[in-house]
Amino acid sequence: MKRPELIPAILTILVVAFFWKISPDFRDVNYLLANTTIFAETGLLAIGLTLIIISGNIDLSVGSSLVLTSCLVAKFTNDGTPIFVSVLMALIIGTLLGTINGLLITVGKLPSFLVTLATMALYRGAAQAMMGPASAKVPQPLKGIDRSDFHGLPYPFIIFVICALIVGLILHRMILGRWLFGIGTNKEAAHYTGFPVNRATISAFAITGFLIGISALLMDSRLGVARHDLAKGIELDAITIVVAGGTAIAGGKGTMIGTVLSWLLIYFVKTGMGVNNLKAEYQLTIIGIILVLSVFSQQIADRFSTNRQRKTTKIEAR
Amino acid sequence: MKGKREIGLLVVLVVLIAACSFAKPIFLDPRNINSILLWMPLLLVAAVGQFPVIVARGIDISTGSIVGLSAISVGLLVKASPTIPVPMLFIAGGMVGLILGCLNGLIIAFGKVPAVVATIGTLTAFRGLTFVVSKGDQIDSTAIPQSLTSLANQGINIGNVTISWLLFIGFVLAILAFFASNRLQFYRNIFAFGSNPDAAFLRGISPKTVELICYCASGSLAGVAGTMYLARFGFANPGSAGQGFELIVIAAVAIGGVKITGGSGSIVGVFLGCALLSCINVALTVLGIDADWQLLVYGATILIALIIDSVSQRRKATA
Repeated sequence: MKRPELIPAILTILVVAFFWKISPDFRDVNYLLANTTIFAETGLLAIGLTLIIISGNIDLSVGSSLVLTSCLVAKFTNDGTPIFVSVLMALIIGTLLGTINGLLITVGKLPSFLVTLATMALYRGAAQAMMGPASAKVPQPLKGIDRSDFHGLPYPFIIFVICALIVGLILHRMILGRWLFGIGTNKEAAHYTGFPVNRATISAFAITGFLIGISALLMDSRLGVARHDLAKGIELDAITIVVAGGTAIAGGKGTMIGTVLSWLLIYFVKTGMGVNNLKAEYQLTIIGIILVLSVFSQQIADRFSTNRQRKTTKIEAR
Repeated sequence: MKGKREIGLLVVLVVLIAACSFAKPIFLDPRNINSILLWMPLLLVAAVGQFPVIVARGIDISTGSIVGLSAISVGLLVKASPTIPVPMLFIAGGMVGLILGCLNGLIIAFGKVPAVVATIGTLTAFRGLTFVVSKGDQIDSTAIPQSLTSLANQGINIGNVTISWLLFIGFVLAILAFFASNRLQFYRNIFAFGSNPDAAFLRGISPKTVELICYCASGSLAGVAGTMYLARFGFANPGSAGQGFELIVIAAVAIGGVKITGGSGSIVGVFLGCALLSCINVALTVLGIDADWQLLVYGATILIALIIDSVSQRRKATA
């Protein structure tokens, strides 16, 4: 299908229309905006994962990197590191963790699924070894970004949109993006074309790490504490967003706008179910079904469009 | 090159046991060996199920939720009619798993949804279903009959070491899978499909049948593991039963030398992978490593196993 992001776009409109009709609480635009602060963190991970999945890899360790970074930052700021330095440090640590993944995959020639499965345990394990059962308080000046806004737009939401824009430009308008699409389509061919396969793959992981750093700062700031057992399962949420947005899990296909739209879709579904007091357990089931259905409908649309293409070529051949 | 990987694993396992028992002689204490052996059956059964799926180029991430849903369903069944015979409980668990696995298989084989995506989706969906079925309530230990829990703490005694009935069931299933993988034509088809799906198709192997049956097998064995969970722990919580278990299972299979991209691997390797992970887990406790460090060591072990594997394969390629 030429425009895979159409499906989340249509679904988002349907979902918004549905909840707008059935629940008056959903019609509060201020509430809808304020609620984005929680989802911005997952959204940032999804932006990075879009690059990684397009390049034909996967990163299961994003949640663990997020936790390790947030714990380290909270700890450093508590020990008296100036805010400016610890913000910088969050970005550096996040990028470093991503780069380690990228190096293991490219230089170590290991499958990304297994490497990140291992670092998923390793990074969270490091956070647990460092923190123990305790939680680190985040000092005052770093706290409360979720409650501050710019003309009604919460800052986490603005940060999410800016990051999506920049990474979207990298993906669709810059050479790195072309490399990633090439690698995801056919790694061998990309190599023989002269694409720097290793460098591009490591870059994708490093960019994701950088976004994880931002996400960790947002999470620290919103929660006011850092613990080793936070954000469990967030990697699956992020992968759900990316894949429901039309990015092919096998690589080589996808768009940033699809990820953003699918983020909106999941966000509206979750918020709508929340304001309608749907039990958390039903919410889980519904999110799982959405993921499978959206990929399924893309497959059907794909088959439909290839059939049509075949027909037209047949006619031309005649 | 067949068999080298298994020998390497065996060496690692022996070295680990020797090192641990040298550092802490208590490691070879019967009670400690029993606790290693208690760790194994669940992992072994689920890993034997995961094995054909990974050989056929797929992956089943929903294993943990299937274990949870099956444990809860069997718990509810036993709560409703406590006199039900124990073998029936295993069959019930297997049936629950079979239905869920079949659903996975249908989505993947006929819906053409990539396995990673489909099973991540069903991982969430089945976990949600666990809460729906149990109405959020835990199955308490008072509801579980003695006849089921005794499977975990009674068994065949060899000296002071107990091979629990659970482990016995696990061994039997693993041995059956071993013979199946060596003798059954269908199992050969799975390997053929995993090494080259196109070639397998041209040879007349139906990819849909292969995939469907692999996921059904994985689901039903995970379901049996769910009943084992109930026997081993004596309670089941809809939130925590089997949570995160899928990653341990996949790690065990990967350490056991099954190629994650499909087409090669052996049940013996899977067995050794499970044994190694169980030993590591118990060794951490015995060596007095703080519980907070366990996840770190665990992750590092998997990573080191991967790196050793990649280095040895590259050496093979250059030789």
